[in-house]
Amino acid sequence: MSEQTFTTVGTRPIRHDGVDKVTGRANYGADISLPRMLHGVVLRSPHAHARILSIDTTRARSMPGVKAVVTGRDIPLVQAKLAMGEAALDLRDMGDNLLAHDKALYHGHAVAAVAATSLDVADQAARQIVVTYEVLRPVLSIEQATARNAPILHEGLKTIGRPTIETKGPTNIAGKLELKLGDVERGFTEADVVIEREFRTPTVHQGYIEPHACVAQTGEDGRATVWTTTQGPFVVRDACAGILGMDAARIKVIPTEIGGGFGGKIPVYLEPLAIVLSRKAQRPVKLVMSREDDFRASGPTSATVIRMKLGAKRDGTLTAASTSLWYEAGAYKGSPFGAGAMCVLACYRIPNFFIESYDVVVNKPKVAAYRAPGSPMAAFAIESVMDELAETLAVDPIAIRLKNAVVEGDRAPYGPSYGPIGLKQVLVAAAAHPHWKAPLADSQGRGVACGFWFNAGMSSSATVTLNADGSASLVTGNPDIGGTRVAQAMMVAEELGIEVDRVRPCVGDTDSAGFTDVTGGSRVCYATGAAVIQAARDVKDQLRARAAKIWDVQPDAVGWNNGCALPPGAAADRQPLSLTELAPQMAKTGGPIVGRAAVNLPMAGPGFAIHICDLEVDRGTGKSKVVRYTALQDVGRAVHPGFVEGQMQGGAAQGIGWALNEEYIFDENGVMENAGFLDYRMPVTSDLPMIDTVIVEVANPLHPYGVRGVGEVPIVPPLAAVANAMHAVTGVRFTRLPLSPPRVLEGLVAAG
Amino acid sequence: MSRIHVHTAINGEPAEFLCDGHQTLLGALRDELGLTGTKEGCATGDCGACSVIVDGRLVPACLVLAAEAEGREIGTIEGVATDDALHPLQKQFLEHAALQCGVCTPGFIVAARALLEANPNATEEEIRLGLAGNLCRCTGYDKIVRAVMDAAVEMRNAVR
Repeated sequence: MSEQTFTTVGTRPIRHDGVDKVTGRANYGADISLPRMLHGVVLRSPHAHARILSIDTTRARSMPGVKAVVTGRDIPLVQAKLAMGEAALDLRDMGDNLLAHDKALYHGHAVAAVAATSLDVADQAARQIVVTYEVLRPVLSIEQATARNAPILHEGLKTIGRPTIETKGPTNIAGKLELKLGDVERGFTEADVVIEREFRTPTVHQGYIEPHACVAQTGEDGRATVWTTTQGPFVVRDACAGILGMDAARIKVIPTEIGGGFGGKIPVYLEPLAIVLSRKAQRPVKLVMSREDDFRASGPTSATVIRMKLGAKRDGTLTAASTSLWYEAGAYKGSPFGAGAMCVLACYRIPNFFIESYDVVVNKPKVAAYRAPGSPMAAFAIESVMDELAETLAVDPIAIRLKNAVVEGDRAPYGPSYGPIGLKQVLVAAAAHPHWKAPLADSQGRGVACGFWFNAGMSSSATVTLNADGSASLVTGNPDIGGTRVAQAMMVAEELGIEVDRVRPCVGDTDSAGFTDVTGGSRVCYATGAAVIQAARDVKDQLRARAAKIWDVQPDAVGWNNGCALPPGAAADRQPLSLTELAPQMAKTGGPIVGRAAVNLPMAGPGFAIHICDLEVDRGTGKSKVVRYTALQDVGRAVHPGFVEGQMQGGAAQGIGWALNEEYIFDENGVMENAGFLDYRMPVTSDLPMIDTVIVEVANPLHPYGVRGVGEVPIVPPLAAVANAMHAVTGVRFTRLPLSPPRVLEGLVAAG
Repeated sequence: MSRIHVHTAINGEPAEFLCDGHQTLLGALRDELGLTGTKEGCATGDCGACSVIVDGRLVPACLVLAAEAEGREIGTIEGVATDDALHPLQKQFLEHAALQCGVCTPGFIVAARALLEANPNATEEEIRLGLAGNLCRCTGYDKIVRAVMDAAVEMRNAVR
């Protein structure tokens, strides 16, 4: 791709939704209220694993102010799947997760819901619902789930696997994936050094600050309108339609502003309940999760056990890898075990490898996507072992990665060959960065780690309408989690040659926007961006046709440059017609000008990053603090560098939290003991230093400007970067996260 | 159940509302007065999304009873901008792209204003410690801290 020059792309305009968000005017999920609205409360299981023998709602229903009560019987269990890119959401499992039918499968699993005239009444009524349980032994780890005679969560569960066949008999292993290349045995015999370790990561939550919330209103005709905080209004619409047996055309989903998601606001937890409650009560119903509910019953991502064996020659050349990855799915199948298998070795050229990955159900909340799902845990394993390999061979940790780094044309472990990628470029930039050579104090150590993520494509639509004054409006279907409105408006401005302030970007509802997949997968600026550019070019083509009409020439002969239609040779006496001259004449030259585009794009071409972390450790207490941090990443093209840096910084901070403090702590009954922000310890301002960023741009040929996607890669390297820094300070190789003070202290004491 | 009649002043204007005895100030602001700029992130005083000012003191509105607002002066995010201009903090948050999802932003701006009014020369470390009660999950805090530092400069220059 030739070097492009841009006018708007690469600048840092203020986001269009910014003033509403700094003044408190922006409406998020819980900010929506309607006249006559009822408030709903969800009753949740106090047991992690229990058969539901009976539910008696008589007393609750007879309470004054109670307008509707629902249980699992009100949510049909449909045998259907909802396609989402190449993945699929199982609507049966989703329905059973919405309200338990036969069994409660985790502590906090919803069993009933009440709508009443006030939250207090709903809460009191929910307490009057009598549920009789037969308590079962909970399964709380990979080991417990796969033990002989383990309690079985789902009687009919079978291991679905490629290339293995379905196993017979009851199991908690829902899926298995194998990937292999070459001769692993021989690869290890060729190695001069072989390192083998087992790694563990805990259950962690996305931790968005806005809990799940929605309002549903069902009319007498059965049509429903849902206001909700979601990453995917079309997913919500189609999931509600599929589960409740309604036509998608009978549901309108209006996405509110969204207070963070990170993958956790893709599934539906509340919306179908609100629709059913509203249908029963014939009034609008609002459901809002408490923070505690959000921890216990939404998200999180998988706890993992990963065994990693890596062999290398004395010069650092990798010869073989063998790895076994185990991902907890929570109560229903569908952990990111497949993505983990595909990501784990994706940074390096390894001639012989064997990867096996498992999806295991346990009595914990069903996992949801979390920023580069499956990749951070896998990277913790491989990047820790790479660090140990470098140490053993006395090679520079960046140099050993450079020696083995994949480049364009190399085959990815999951099959296809890489197109233009930027791993080598980010490694070279890291080696040249002042941070890499900066001096350290005695109590400090430095670690590095790489990260990989695919970056999704999928379906997107866009509509650009030209206004008579030459400004433009843009409608797309992706809720704006981090500045995508302004980035898309910048693309329209770039194409039409107008100022970004003259473009009004709007997040449409499911009636006004064309079908668009989720805000997720780092796909919005890439896939929806491509649709936006195509729609803007459609406007440009129509403007050229209008100019051709005015000049009485063929449309194809009319050129376009810098916001102006250019006359062809046949009309050389004419002056160029600018967009602002053509726009007021729309009605006379053929009517409104509306550009549209609908695209389905393949994966963007992967993003790679390397992070450098300096950690200071207090050996007396085990407490550590990140004192310097640099994130370097290939983003393809940074449309709005401010928000690109923000993604890199935010992802790094989440990964640092995962590395140092965050974890679900369960008691032996499967009850999460730290379901609040005081005890589930996410990084706060005083925990972190400034996070330096280096944006590398290796253009992605699949996007008109080269955009690759940015949001997910930055959470991949920190787990190992922090752990490697911890090793550099203490000499102890920690293989279990988080590196919280008690665990570090324990490790230091054990090491003497 | 009789409700409590509360007389207060919100962002400099007299206001009154009815509330239940156990209702929080956060609940009253949002549900009785329609001031939804103050957000609920946890309801346990751990995230700072509901930061408000009560008689000059920064508090999480989720830990204050609505009835305690009687006779007091309440300041919320809705009162930070003046009639014709954004507050320097609001401007700097926009300039620095210091918000991504934006749900923590009102709380940060209310808390940062209290911090800078008490300590106009706050250092980076003082800002980080002063805002440690406000959680942001999107930004990694870098751009927030820079926005607050630049707003401090703007506020000092305005005083001069």
